[in-house]
Amino acid sequence: MSRVRQHFNLNEQLLFEIGSAGRRAYDLPPLDTDSRPLEEIVDRGLLRDSVEGMPELSEVEVVRHFTRLSTWNYHIDLGLYPLGSCTMKHNPKVNETVTRLPGFANAHPYMPPNLVQGVLGVQASLEACLREISGMDAVTLQPAAGAHGELTGILMIRAYHEAQGNPRRRVLVPDSAHGTNPASVAISGYIVEAIRSNANGMVDVQALRGLMADDVAAVMITNPNTLGIFESEIAAIAEIVHSNGALLYMDGANLNAMLGITRPGDFGVDVLHINLHKTFTTPHGGGGPGAGPVAVKKILEPYLPYPVLTRAQDGALFYETDRPESIGKIKAYTGHFGMHVRALCYILANGPEGLKETTEVAVLNANYIRSRLQGVYALPYKSPTLHEVVFSDKNQDKRGVSVWDIGKRLIDYGFHPPTTSFPLIVSGAIMIEPTETESRDELDAFIAAMLAVAQEAETNPELVKSAPHNARIRRVDEAAAARRPVLRWKG
Amino acid sequence: MRYIPCSESDRKALLGSMGLTSIEQLFAGIPENLRLRRLLNIPSALSEPELLDYFQKAASENAEDYASFLGAGVYRHFIPVVVDSLISRSEFYTAYTPYQAEVSQGTLQAIFEFQTYITQLTGQEVANASLYDGSTAVTEAVLMARRVTRRKKFLVARTVHPEYRAVMATYSRNLGIEIQTIDYLPTGRIDVSQLDKALDDTVAGIVIQTPNFFGTIEDTVAASSLAAKHGALSIVNVCEALSMGILRAPSEADIVTGEAQSLGVPMSYGGPHVGFLATHEKLVRQMPGRLVGMGVDQEGRRAFVLTLATREQHIRRERATSNICTNQSLCALMATIYLATLGPRGLRDACEQNIRKTDYAVAQIQSRTPHKVLFPSPRFNEFVLQFKSGGPGLIQRLLQKNIVPGFPLGRAYPELGDAVLVCVTETTTRRQIDALVEGLK
Repeated sequence: MSRVRQHFNLNEQLLFEIGSAGRRAYDLPPLDTDSRPLEEIVDRGLLRDSVEGMPELSEVEVVRHFTRLSTWNYHIDLGLYPLGSCTMKHNPKVNETVTRLPGFANAHPYMPPNLVQGVLGVQASLEACLREISGMDAVTLQPAAGAHGELTGILMIRAYHEAQGNPRRRVLVPDSAHGTNPASVAISGYIVEAIRSNANGMVDVQALRGLMADDVAAVMITNPNTLGIFESEIAAIAEIVHSNGALLYMDGANLNAMLGITRPGDFGVDVLHINLHKTFTTPHGGGGPGAGPVAVKKILEPYLPYPVLTRAQDGALFYETDRPESIGKIKAYTGHFGMHVRALCYILANGPEGLKETTEVAVLNANYIRSRLQGVYALPYKSPTLHEVVFSDKNQDKRGVSVWDIGKRLIDYGFHPPTTSFPLIVSGAIMIEPTETESRDELDAFIAAMLAVAQEAETNPELVKSAPHNARIRRVDEAAAARRPVLRWKG
Repeated sequence: MRYIPCSESDRKALLGSMGLTSIEQLFAGIPENLRLRRLLNIPSALSEPELLDYFQKAASENAEDYASFLGAGVYRHFIPVVVDSLISRSEFYTAYTPYQAEVSQGTLQAIFEFQTYITQLTGQEVANASLYDGSTAVTEAVLMARRVTRRKKFLVARTVHPEYRAVMATYSRNLGIEIQTIDYLPTGRIDVSQLDKALDDTVAGIVIQTPNFFGTIEDTVAASSLAAKHGALSIVNVCEALSMGILRAPSEADIVTGEAQSLGVPMSYGGPHVGFLATHEKLVRQMPGRLVGMGVDQEGRRAFVLTLATREQHIRRERATSNICTNQSLCALMATIYLATLGPRGLRDACEQNIRKTDYAVAQIQSRTPHKVLFPSPRFNEFVLQFKSGGPGLIQRLLQKNIVPGFPLGRAYPELGDAVLVCVTETTTRRQIDALVEGLK
């Protein structure tokens, strides 16, 4: 075996290394119009002869190339993704089918509104569902992703304060927050200040009180927070924020923990972004496209990015661009419509009972994992958790085995690693979110793998530290890749 | 619920193993007064056949049998069947972001190929793994030029897509960035002498678009060299990525951004599409967004990995180069498969058909109708049609004949009145063009 060259399907080259001059995979009908010579239409100086380095391939090669690459990916249709805070749940197939209907896929954003009432109807229905689920008053579907939603929300907060005469200077963000939170605050022109967490893993209300002043524009929380803990003092937090004239922003990354159970709008949140690619199961696509609608309370409605979906007196839907107090546009057109269709399809498939059941089982599954792994893996915060649980590698670290190693060893057991080293307030964090779409058998298999890795960390730490052993590749030398970055094929 | 594999007996078993009797007990951490004690007021659950009916009905409420001459940043091109066939593999579309290289080589290698294709098309040295769309890509380029030059003023051509300029304005407002617009000439191109006059050592960058919003191909070299004289960066934006298959690459620009929807991504009412950003190697550490690098694993085998992450928000938090946390992987994959399928010859064929059919439409309108086509400079697949008179009525009559003649320009360019931007691609048939011309008589 070792002397035989492996088949390409185990070692697919780059597109730029395959193919051969003259092969092709594409043709068009012959030109059906009269035409002048090209050089008479466009000056030669504006044209290029060819695109240097582009391979010539047949359809068979294209299909095999990408099919081979695809087999090197872990994916949700293969098995459980324990990624905490990422809500990697099953992506229903019907979502894909309906999004590809020609009436949706071929709709142009500048079609006159009366010719796209079906599109606008989908967006209006999704907005209405998100308003009800979140308990908020208005929704924009425009943001392209969660971080984009954060930016949109913070800009609206800024516009609100400007309208009161002072944009204020600071935004307070808990130290357990996602990295996008402070980054989005910074590009909105605010100064970020961290709020520390208390011994229970929640926002330290006393610390928050101490940091509050009339130059604070907003407090940006995640609830349940990134430890999976519901901020039980949220009402007090909202009271402190509002009594200082500031607004409460909520990162909705963990909305899967509260569908039909509790609503951000009912516990004092003024702005919320929702990750459709998490809770509402639009596929992750190997890293996008996502969608990050923003829901707001009435006081912020005037500042929504334009255009705003509006119903005319005759009942027809159209996008209103005349919004004098709007923060402006934050993306061309009206958002990731293809994701809106999928999310609405998912919500309608569930209905109110289904969404509530979604949250209940997500929380049940996470707590089951917590109860089975607790002790073997250290649990830094003992507070009750909802849809996810954060362990640390404290027990394994004694043998020199880090969370990173544990994750890599899980690959050998057929699982994707959990979220590692986040949140930052837990050293060696192992963050696990199974979601509701995993069966008991899959959960048990995952738990067994986690326990086996912990056992190996005791008995054979080197095995874990050198993992993975059964993946397509071994660990990558990331430091070398960053030192001398090779970012394109140069032949 | 059919997406939840946890049966009643599973539930009991899981709860029992934890010494619990009801799921309700798991929510004890949520204060009672914050609990929603009613069902959500959303429509009742639909079965799969009902869902299909619901969406088929909604989709059928959108016009499909129209001859559409709409472009203006979103283009109807033929998408080879292999594109959707391959991206429908769940290995691609249900995978997570490729942070764990050992189980993500498929996505990583495909992104590396996307990055390579973008450098080939743009004539630049490095490209990122993609950004949300063209409007945010050009905006990120502005923020990047601000970091590189530590200057705050930008000169932006009025012929850059109006929605892109609007997004740029939204992002810039709170960061002290000043934007001055540069007019266009009767040729349809940027007023280079105005640009020259406006340029000085306080300017961080210039932003031009080619083909510009009127479909006119710009001479990007002249503008870029003027910017360079003052130490300003030149940003060239391309909304119609297909055009890069035949137009001279803007390799002289410092940053090339744009929208790659044209390369195999459905129009989908404006999104999701896929933005790109390419630049010189020396600026790579100021780039926003994900990057995939080629390296080796412990056994020396070629391997791909996300790299230079210290620029990004999950490491750098508020000091990151951007708040962006995602790319548009699946749409970038569509573009990669599209380019692999077309190859250099297919790309050339498609581009030539766009140019030739557009030229045919222009000639027909000029010779057979009373209306004017504005701006004489060469174009790729769009042109500005100015009605002799009675534009709105004419547009209504065309709509009644199931023809959408184009994008009305008056809102963004009041001086053009009721003129429309007309787009003709390789998918537009001669019969459709002739019908438009007939309707314009």
